[in-house]
Amino acid sequence: MNLQAIRAIYFFEMNRTRRTLLQSIVSPVISTSLYFVVFGAAIGSRITEIDGIAYGAFIVPGLIMLTLLQQSVTNASFGIYFPRFAGTIYEILSAPISYLEIVTGYVGAAATKSIIVGLIILITAFFFVPVRIDHPVWMIAFLLLTAVTFCLFGFIIGIWADGFEKLQVIPLLVIAPLTFLGGSFYSINLLPPFWQKVALVNPVVYLISGFRWSFYGVSDVGVGVSLAMTCVFLVVCIVIVGWIFRTGYRLRN
Amino acid sequence: MHAPKPPTVISVAGLSKTYAGGFQALKNIDLTILRGEIFALLGPNGAGKTTLISIVCGIVNPTIGTVTVDGYDIRDDYRAARSKIGLVPQELTTDAFESVWATVSFSRGLFGKRPNPAHIERVLKELSLFDKKDNKIMTLSGGMKRRVMIAKALSHEPEILFLDEPSAGVDVSLRKDMWQLVRELRESGVTIILTTHYIEEAEEMADRVGVMRKGELILVEEKATLMRKLGKKQLTLELSAPLDGVPTTVANYDIALMNDGRDLVYTYDTKAERTGITTLLEELKRAGVSFKDLHTTQSSLEDIFVDLTSR
Ligand SMILES: Nc1ncnc2c1ncn2[C@@H]1O[C@H](COP(=O)(O)OP(=O)(O)OP(=O)(O)O)[C@@H](O)[C@H]1O
Ligand SMILES: [Mg+2]
Repeated sequence: MNLQAIRAIYFFEMNRTRRTLLQSIVSPVISTSLYFVVFGAAIGSRITEIDGIAYGAFIVPGLIMLTLLQQSVTNASFGIYFPRFAGTIYEILSAPISYLEIVTGYVGAAATKSIIVGLIILITAFFFVPVRIDHPVWMIAFLLLTAVTFCLFGFIIGIWADGFEKLQVIPLLVIAPLTFLGGSFYSINLLPPFWQKVALVNPVVYLISGFRWSFYGVSDVGVGVSLAMTCVFLVVCIVIVGWIFRTGYRLRN
Repeated sequence: MHAPKPPTVISVAGLSKTYAGGFQALKNIDLTILRGEIFALLGPNGAGKTTLISIVCGIVNPTIGTVTVDGYDIRDDYRAARSKIGLVPQELTTDAFESVWATVSFSRGLFGKRPNPAHIERVLKELSLFDKKDNKIMTLSGGMKRRVMIAKALSHEPEILFLDEPSAGVDVSLRKDMWQLVRELRESGVTIILTTHYIEEAEEMADRVGVMRKGELILVEEKATLMRKLGKKQLTLELSAPLDGVPTTVANYDIALMNDGRDLVYTYDTKAERTGITTLLEELKRAGVSFKDLHTTQSSLEDIFVDLTSR
């Protein structure tokens, strides 16, 4: 195990975050605060509560997930795309490091960053609404699992993309709609029965539902199902990353 | 006691590369690099030099063939193989926003070596970069960036150094410094493989020369042997009295009048059985041509190179 290399990549990436602190951390916090104001105040004045939880507090887990997914995909995809774009990837490829070590370094750093952003939003939320965390360990577990899974997904996008447009298309056209439709701001039980069925095809529903359960003990789908689905996405991403490295797809060809 | 290391440090066998688009960039390359030598790889643009280097360094997957580095297969034992190699690629690719010190230290870590500020400092000083160590790379000039890339390659104390066109975009004094560094590295036992378009460089620096053309390695030779074997020589006779034309008795020789008929230049092949000089001189004497001086010149590696690759 080349621990020095993992360290080198990890801290290189974290340094990059530090240099772009404003854009990486401050801007998601500001935009989520705006959600609180807009959704919490505007909609919250009409919908007072869902499942017995004050609306403002109800949307906190969804908001954190929304940011976590976007951050994870963006950070991880950019982290690996940029060296490919700039050509500095040559050094990573010529170094005595395994695929696992490369992924650990990049995905670890990207996940760290998105978890930090997620936690900052959580702390921000405490200032606006009465947040309660019933199952803190599970909360952390969902946070970690989701961050790692979607950083892997971002890593895949960063390798697949051959231009900045493709890099942005997935977070914009896939992640954002799925999160908005995935029950960030409402319970899917509020939907008509047909649309409830449709919603269940949306993987993000499971993430948000499980995450919300860890806060308030209520969920749209069973926690076990949420956890299992999250793990399925994780495994799918791991398999794809494994395939990328085995074949050298877009890296060594 | 250590057994002496085998003389071969890199061994390439039956190596071919077909890029994803279907273009075959390397065709069945066999090559042995000897420990401690300076090997110069020559060839026109697109010959496949960078592709070959990229495969040995692990950046590009080979299509078929095997490569071993110090006895380690580049696929099965990639860690052992790659940790011995430092690479300075042809393209200037740097992390624009990093400081010189950070990027060079990063390279060392990537190659699994513990931090060693003293070594990094030595490398930076050697390359006259130490006073720039805290500068962001994007604020450096092109030549300095190239030195940063050399520093990155040397940061992890490689036993084998690849320099892919190190002198592109580098001024004369830096080039001199760089070749001095290369000599010092060789003295310390580092094997160096370089590509260049400046043939004088290969001529001056290399122990052996390989010439590539259209994906094939068409020649590998000791530089001295190569020059001897392929070198054409020219015998120049400074005539006592100028001539209007080449005497008919020697017209079948590769001979020409130069310098307004004052010099008679005979080009001959040094690798031929007989050079024909003796008979030529006899013929000239019989034709009544006398000369006051003579000298020979050997063709440079450049002439040989152009001769080979333009075929
Ligand atoms: N990634 C790639 N995909 C497809 N073809 C490639 C790729 N890289 C190189 N080639 C082709 O392979 C051939 C050899 O390229 P290579 O870079 O190895 O040449 P070179 O000898 O280093 O040339 P130069 O002296 O210009 O650096 C060229 O025809 C080039 O177009
Ligand atoms: Mg090249």
